[in-house]
Amino acid sequence: MAEDMEQPFEKSSMSNEEKRKINREQRVQMIAFAVMIGLTLLAFIAAGSDMLPGTFTIPFILLLAVVQLFLQLYYFMHLKDKDHGWPNSFMISGLVLTAPTIVALMLLIGIVKF
Amino acid sequence: MVSEATNTRQKSVLWDWLTTVDHKKIAILYLIAGTLFFLKAGAMAVMMRVQLIAPEMEFISGQTFNEFITMHGTIMLFLAVTPILFAFMNFVVPLQIGARDVAFPFVNALGFWLFFFGGVLLSLSWFFGGAPDAGWTSYVPLASREFGGIGIDFYVLGLQVSGLGTLVSGINFIVTIINMRAPGMTMMRIPLFCWTTLVTSILIVFAFTPLAAGLALLMLDRIFDGQFFIPGEGGNVVIWQHIFWIFGHPEVYILVLPAFGMISEVIPAFSKKRLFGYTAMVFATLIIGFLGFMVWVHHMFTVGIGPIANSVFAIATMVIGVPTGIKIFNWLFTMWGGKLTFNTAMLFAASFVPTFVLGGVTGVMLAMAPVDHLYHDTYFVVAHFHYIIVGGIVLGIFAALFYWYPKMFGHKLNETLGKIMFWLFYIGFHLTFFVQHILGLIGMPRRVYTYLEEQGMDTMNFISSIGAFIMAAAVVILIINIIYSALKAERITVDDPWDARTLEWATHTPVPEYNFAQTPQVRSLDPLFYEKIHGNGKMKPAEPMDEIHMPNGSFIPFMMSLGLFIVGFGFISFHLDLFISPYIWIAVGGIITFGSMAMRSIKDDHGYHIPKETVEEMEKELS
Ligand code: HEM
Ligand SMILES: [Cu+2]
Repeated sequence: MAEDMEQPFEKSSMSNEEKRKINREQRVQMIAFAVMIGLTLLAFIAAGSDMLPGTFTIPFILLLAVVQLFLQLYYFMHLKDKDHGWPNSFMISGLVLTAPTIVALMLLIGIVKF
Repeated sequence: MVSEATNTRQKSVLWDWLTTVDHKKIAILYLIAGTLFFLKAGAMAVMMRVQLIAPEMEFISGQTFNEFITMHGTIMLFLAVTPILFAFMNFVVPLQIGARDVAFPFVNALGFWLFFFGGVLLSLSWFFGGAPDAGWTSYVPLASREFGGIGIDFYVLGLQVSGLGTLVSGINFIVTIINMRAPGMTMMRIPLFCWTTLVTSILIVFAFTPLAAGLALLMLDRIFDGQFFIPGEGGNVVIWQHIFWIFGHPEVYILVLPAFGMISEVIPAFSKKRLFGYTAMVFATLIIGFLGFMVWVHHMFTVGIGPIANSVFAIATMVIGVPTGIKIFNWLFTMWGGKLTFNTAMLFAASFVPTFVLGGVTGVMLAMAPVDHLYHDTYFVVAHFHYIIVGGIVLGIFAALFYWYPKMFGHKLNETLGKIMFWLFYIGFHLTFFVQHILGLIGMPRRVYTYLEEQGMDTMNFISSIGAFIMAAAVVILIINIIYSALKAERITVDDPWDARTLEWATHTPVPEYNFAQTPQVRSLDPLFYEKIHGNGKMKPAEPMDEIHMPNGSFIPFMMSLGLFIVGFGFISFHLDLFISPYIWIAVGGIITFGSMAMRSIKDDHGYHIPKETVEEMEKELS
């Protein structure tokens, strides 16, 4: 047994169906990647341009960040795929636990300084 | 003997234990190491109670008292109770879910050795200018580089190393419980102890990370001239308190949830009834885990954060009482109408319930922010958390010890000695801590090394100290019991000496290293009990008898942890005048750790197989 594992495989054991799926997945990843680059560019432009007021830029790039986060988690890190219930629930509980903590700390330390 | 044919038996005993990745052996390592730390911290407690037995005693100095009180708290929480809980989690969880081992046996061993070396690093402080003395909370500015002694460096790095061990073990348990369950063992069929282990492990992952970050900041401040917590240089001392308690309150639930789980195993077994309200128990556990993160400011009511924040956190704190109450009632209803057997394990488990309620009641009292200004930093708080920790967690641990001992060591603990110990411990506990409520209310501050006459504190402190001595006597009797039973007790040969309900009792005693020759098929909650009623009392196999794939032992976890220990010592030695430069320590330790990691990555290790014939022979020999 143990010896077999060191042997390289000669040909792929994937079926055609699986290969097609992988290809589709690759395309989706490329598109997501392109969209993310586009979003990053948008953020840079918004921050760099003199025409946009700060009151617009800050919420705008924060919104872009949320979209990015979603894309990263769901498309790059496969949370959207099936059989990802556990990773999903851990990711969500992590967000649910940290978000109020960070908000509370910002309110407390940022305003009353302790 | 046939059983000698398998891999680990061919090694010398010492080498076997140093390299083991078997969850049952790691459990025993955790149990022994945790017990040693428990005895050490307990001895400190007794000496502190001697110092406080009468006003203006001069048994130990104020400085020593501060060091004892810090080390007592730190060791008890991080190096005694946590590892002892891990011991039971390690031993029991894989058996209860019908697995052959945890998901990552190597990481399991790594977790143990990291904890162990972290503990040794912390303890080394005694030999290098004194132990940490700023309390287990290590608040800045008391613990800053300006005011804190060298001991704090040992606190920071020792906890950093051992915390890493706790963190990786937590991850390991999460993956084990999610991925390694036997066929038919759905999430809503795993025993409650597995559920509480799962939630505890999740809390560990979310809570030990802020602790690691906080300790890293404190290290930067103290050793590398950082200024995170130095107000004069733009820092903020209160941030430490926030970070510490964002970790600290979940930590107390990390400790108490496994104890809840143990109680939920022992009470049904000796009530001869299934656990009342299993589903409610599971959801209560989840809710407690969640709310545990939303209440940290109740430790900081007196900081001056303001009425709105205080009210929000006060209410959040009181809300935790609700799921906790659900649990209490479920245990009571489990016992209600059951066929109760009051042996030692059950005595500990049953008495857990009322003492824990007392601790919860004082908890809700403390949660009322306005009155907390009176209670805060008095002995009332000390009484509160000792009712929870000793009256809750330690009683739970003793119940678990007496309950699982036959499976772990092949013989029961002596019942007579056990009952004597129970009563001594229980009476001693209430004597020690009940009067501390009143001491707190009449104004005795915590963490002081002496007090004056004629303030009405003499008698109660005397009673409290006597109680502590009685508790110490109980622990001595436990040790006598362990030795006596190891020599004299009758060996257990049956699988299921308590006539219990869950899967761990379907394995042979002693448990063979592969746990289950054939993975069992689970058909219900309390699977063994189900088979006793609806089957022939044996678990049905889910797979044919075949050869069994086992992981190889490894010395790498030991070396990786040793390396980090040396690195940690190197960081501390920036403040020590040693003849070896700190950079050399750090370099040597770093090379050991990263070298071991590289070795682990480069060298393939596919484990070994126990052939089918050996498994069959071992099974015959054991049954
Ligand atoms: C119903 C549940 C609980 C409530 C409402 C509660 C509430 C509180 C409050 C308000 C304090 C702060 C008191 C002060 O410093 O003035 C406190 C302290 C403490 N509690 Fe609890 N608690 C609960 C359960 C627990 C549990 C389960 C544990 C341990 C497993 C625990 C351990 C502690 C510890 C160690 C402290 C003192 C920390 C220190 O200052 O060193 N509590 N509790
Ligand atoms: Cu708390």
